[in-house]
Amino acid sequence: MSLTNELIQQKLNDKFGDQLTDWVQPYGMLTFTAPKGLNLKVLQFLYDDAELKFQFLTDLQAVHYPHLKGAELAVVYHLHNLTDNIRIRFKVFTDIASPDLYSATALYSSANFMERETYDFFGINFLGHPNLIRILNVDEMDYFPMRKEFPLEDQSRVDKDDEMFGRGGADF
Amino acid sequence: MSDHILLPEGSIEKLTTTLNLGPTHPATHGVFQNILELDGERVMKSTSTVGYIHRAFEKLAERRPLYQITPITDRLNYCSSPLNNMGWHITCERLLGITLPKRVDYLRIIIMELSRISDHLICNSIVGVDSGAFSGFLYLMQFRELIYEIYEEVCGSRLTTNIGRIGGFERNFTNTAFEKLDKFLAEYPKQLKEFEKLFNRNRIFMERTIGCGAISAERALNYGFTGPNLRAAGVDYDVRVHTPYSSYDDFDFSIPVGKTGDCYDRFLVRNEEMWQSLSLIEQAYKKVKEFKGTDAEIFHADTPAYYLPEKKDVYTKMEALIYHFKIIMGETDIPAGELYSSVEAGNGELGFYLISDGGRTPYRLHFRRPCFIYYQAFEELIKGGMLSDAVITMSSLNLIAGELDA
Repeated sequence: MSLTNELIQQKLNDKFGDQLTDWVQPYGMLTFTAPKGLNLKVLQFLYDDAELKFQFLTDLQAVHYPHLKGAELAVVYHLHNLTDNIRIRFKVFTDIASPDLYSATALYSSANFMERETYDFFGINFLGHPNLIRILNVDEMDYFPMRKEFPLEDQSRVDKDDEMFGRGGADF
Repeated sequence: MSDHILLPEGSIEKLTTTLNLGPTHPATHGVFQNILELDGERVMKSTSTVGYIHRAFEKLAERRPLYQITPITDRLNYCSSPLNNMGWHITCERLLGITLPKRVDYLRIIIMELSRISDHLICNSIVGVDSGAFSGFLYLMQFRELIYEIYEEVCGSRLTTNIGRIGGFERNFTNTAFEKLDKFLAEYPKQLKEFEKLFNRNRIFMERTIGCGAISAERALNYGFTGPNLRAAGVDYDVRVHTPYSSYDDFDFSIPVGKTGDCYDRFLVRNEEMWQSLSLIEQAYKKVKEFKGTDAEIFHADTPAYYLPEKKDVYTKMEALIYHFKIIMGETDIPAGELYSSVEAGNGELGFYLISDGGRTPYRLHFRRPCFIYYQAFEELIKGGMLSDAVITMSSLNLIAGELDA
């Protein structure tokens, strides 16, 4: 019997009760939210369960929602069951003051770089990660650039004299 | 290997040699660094460093309307830009709920498979170069040139193509494009066959690549491998089959798989995929030719609100001018939604995770770059092997710096 979104939801509800919330299916992909301390338990269950077998971590990244006070950062996991070819997505929200989540590196080796990237850009502190250091940005950086409080430069600014890069100068 | 005594960390004398392979080493074929600890020529330990050409694409994308993100995707895997472009267009079309006419799908398949061929031929011929066989590279390179000429006919550029639009292509394929395609289909198989004759049963090449940089299917899956590298390890996962897009399900093709996941299998899988791509192009081309009359003029979907109109029309038609203005000035809001969409790019599953809050730009866009994810396995793949195996493993993984760093 092939797996359906309803079946997955059923199984997760049986296991975790009403701790998992916000069940939606945007564009057909089952999506839910897990509480902060439970991310690894949910991953472990999805990985180990004989029917679910979500053993392929497709993607892991974070989103910053500054307006959600107390749950500013969301870490999003995309998992894939390659046997039944079904994907799910789940999110874990955390407050920006103490963004500590459990690392998934013990389950998925692929989580290593992805968690480092998420740390690098959003400052999520993955507990248990073997080597949580910046990956794409310079080591000296002391902020997390993908957070929404760092907007891109205003393209219409005129105060910057930057002749080398085609901006500023007399005929600009 | 293990009975060597390593001195404590920090001591000036040591038994191993530290070698920086990269960031600008000719053998890395891109800007990334590997710090190797060598015992003689044997790699004891390696540390990979990436990020040298990080260009903040995800941040940039947060202020760009959808059509301006296409040139960003060019610069991910720049050996097969059209695949990335199409992947992005398909993501947008899924978000906007646009369905394409069949002819556009087939034209896209032609371009995507050409691009896959150009990606694989570079990778495979570079594996040849790194193992000391230069001539294969020269044989195949001229066909990459021909593929680039076809791109040029369709979109006007060669490497960073920015090909197509949301909803289709920017213009219909010209006769020259089809003539060049005919030429490619007629001549490439012969050359590819010759290339295979040079390599596949070549004793030196086999000795050099068999068993080198091998990975088991379990480890490959755990490391998030996708694409030819995963298939070489024996897992028949291909996005074109598992989540069909762009009418791939209209065609017959098979997914070549390897057994051992070593450099030799990766090489064979890529070669076989080129044959499959050739057959896909032929099938798609045949179907394209079946469209006659006005049907043969269709090269985009009828979605004026998102499809950037042809420049000629912008100057002569009121409606086209309005839509052009609305799209360029960013007055067209995109619907709110959350979507993960992926395509089979040259190196594997290229995914786009797009969150839109209903504004003119994405709220968040994340690129799942296959290279970035499978590169983590490199340290494990080369451990205990020879330095020259590390080089050949690196090229057979087809690491593209642009895709690593985003």
